[in-house]
Amino acid sequence: MVKVLKMENLECAHCAEKMERKISKIEGVHSVSISFMAQKMILDCEDGDEKGILEKVREAVRSVEKDCVVK
Amino acid sequence: MTGSQKKTLLRILLSLILFFGALAVNAIWNPPFWAGVLTMTIPYLFIGYDVLWSAVSRLFSGQIFDETFLMSVASLGALLLCVVEKDAGEAHEAAAIMIFYKVGELFQSIAVGKSRRSVSSLLNMMPELANLEKNGTTESVSPEEVQVGQTVLVRPGERVPLDGVVIEGTSELNTAALTGESLPREVTEGDEVVSGCVNLSGALRIKVVKPFSQSTVRRIMELVESAGLNKSKSENFITAFSRVYTPLVTGVALLMALIPPLAMGLSGGNWGFAHTWRPFIHAALMFLIVSCPCALVISVPMSFFGCIGGACSKGILMKGSVYVERLSKCKTVFFDKTGTLTKGSFSVKELLPEHCSKEELLCLAAAVEKYSTHPLAKAIREEYGDGPLPEVSEYKELAGRGVAATVQGRKICAGNLRMMKELGIEQSIPESSKGSAVYLARDGEYIGCILASDTLKEDSVQALKELKDLGIRRVMLTGDRAENARETVRFLDLDAYHAQLLPEDKVRLVREPAAQDGQSSGNFTVAFVGDGINDAPVLAGADVGIAMGAFGSDAAVEAADVVLMNDRPSDVPKAIRLCRKTMRLVKENIILALVVKFGVLILLGLAAVLPALSVLEGYAGEFAVFADVGVSVLAILNAMRAMR
Repeated sequence: MVKVLKMENLECAHCAEKMERKISKIEGVHSVSISFMAQKMILDCEDGDEKGILEKVREAVRSVEKDCVVK
Repeated sequence: MTGSQKKTLLRILLSLILFFGALAVNAIWNPPFWAGVLTMTIPYLFIGYDVLWSAVSRLFSGQIFDETFLMSVASLGALLLCVVEKDAGEAHEAAAIMIFYKVGELFQSIAVGKSRRSVSSLLNMMPELANLEKNGTTESVSPEEVQVGQTVLVRPGERVPLDGVVIEGTSELNTAALTGESLPREVTEGDEVVSGCVNLSGALRIKVVKPFSQSTVRRIMELVESAGLNKSKSENFITAFSRVYTPLVTGVALLMALIPPLAMGLSGGNWGFAHTWRPFIHAALMFLIVSCPCALVISVPMSFFGCIGGACSKGILMKGSVYVERLSKCKTVFFDKTGTLTKGSFSVKELLPEHCSKEELLCLAAAVEKYSTHPLAKAIREEYGDGPLPEVSEYKELAGRGVAATVQGRKICAGNLRMMKELGIEQSIPESSKGSAVYLARDGEYIGCILASDTLKEDSVQALKELKDLGIRRVMLTGDRAENARETVRFLDLDAYHAQLLPEDKVRLVREPAAQDGQSSGNFTVAFVGDGINDAPVLAGADVGIAMGAFGSDAAVEAADVVLMNDRPSDVPKAIRLCRKTMRLVKENIILALVVKFGVLILLGLAAVLPALSVLEGYAGEFAVFADVGVSVLAILNAMRAMR
């Protein structure tokens, strides 16, 4: 299913690209696109274990930019 | 400024005081070497500790190459050079690099925040509350809770929360947020109103016709909010570029520091540090600073974001920066005819009576067409106006032919040529009267015809002229009959037109230029502009599908890449100009960044080798930081122009 997630404190543009690469490697994620200016993430992931995937996504985001939160 | 931005500003100011304090102390007192370095290390660490920390922590999480890494290596390197050389005079360079870097970061963060805010304020049309009427009182609820069929009250100054029909009250609505149209729209009982408009003068009671999840404002917001995600080639290129770029630059810097001194040493030169190694290591460090890709990485998405936001405030919704790029390269615009270049509603142009007066012909036609829903019938009734109509009885609709009825005791038939043929009176029709016409017969005798035509939109001619000025080919495609197309084309300056097309013919024609070009997403693109009623396949087939005034049609909004909120063809050249301007800004920024950076690099390289330029070397840090931060600032300021 496709989710639109809001992001906060996304401060650097190529961090967004790094996050994209990290997130796309997570199991169960079909595709991901982050808009740096709009501070939004569109995540297309498998149904079922959404909570688990989302937690991994949050972790990936934090590892690149520690203050950045995914809502 | 946000809290963290204020904190950064304070830190910058304090570190500047410490920095100049240290400079003054060193100049007046001439302290011993270690004290000199230490006084400069204080402002350096004060401003740069978080940069150093983030570089270290990223190093451990396996992401080595980013700007904090570049800045840390460059500034620490400068500091180390001082220590090795036992020359405290150059220690200021390390502190200066960090302070400038922080200034640049702060500026970037403010500019990005400002651009995000101004775009979101342009787009802010989400209603927050609805005054729901319940048992004679009103209650403030969230628009999501209101159900279809319920009534909401919209007071002056409030936003219309949901799509609906006015059941009481008269007012003016400001539709600027939705359409960019500055003239207010008058509404009264029975009129449809869309959510997102602002009520200006009087209170309105509105009966809700759509749930909030399907309301106009919600759909627009969804469309615009996900617009950032269809990224353009330039945007993707820049991020991919920065990925290989930083490691590449680090490698080149390493070679710069090692190869020339080694070569000089091996060829029998001096192995001494100060003479052979120092200038090249220094140049390599400066090279690291100059090469930071921030200017490009921030300014490119920012230009596109500004363009999409600015266009939205003019009633032009674009579904992503990829369409900004494609539209800027547009070479051919295909227009649909009915509803796009023309209003899609007919008006009576000529009355050609025979054996009766014009007034009589029109009156009879209006009477017999009284109940018909055909667009031509509507045009005839409008032409006749509110005058008294004779009695009509035995009304009959004959599919594919016309209508028949008894008016004032006589049998009147009104319809097309086929109907006249069936009555056996087509010979009495004059040759000149063929086209969009209604023929009338009274008791089986031909009494004349009424010619009607589709009227052009007010700005169609201007839109086509503006496109011509932009060097764009203009082609009209229509499913309408050839003679009607010819009739429309008479008033329009077009490069070509094709008539009697089925939707699949349109798709083929729209794809043809791409096929001739050899590649579909090549240097030139084509756009198709339609009203979206039956154009969904063509909208999807063109490089850029533009749907016009189409917020009624879900299929069109889905299939289109650009949605024009207004019914105006002249928004097409406006959108193309905006996209071209944005692409120009993007190119300007890329060229500016590369030229300044390479310029400074060459200067620094020369300064390391030529004694005549060695005076420059003392300011190498300042030059290098300017080439990075200064260019970022200029590029960002330039990118912000895309919004206007």
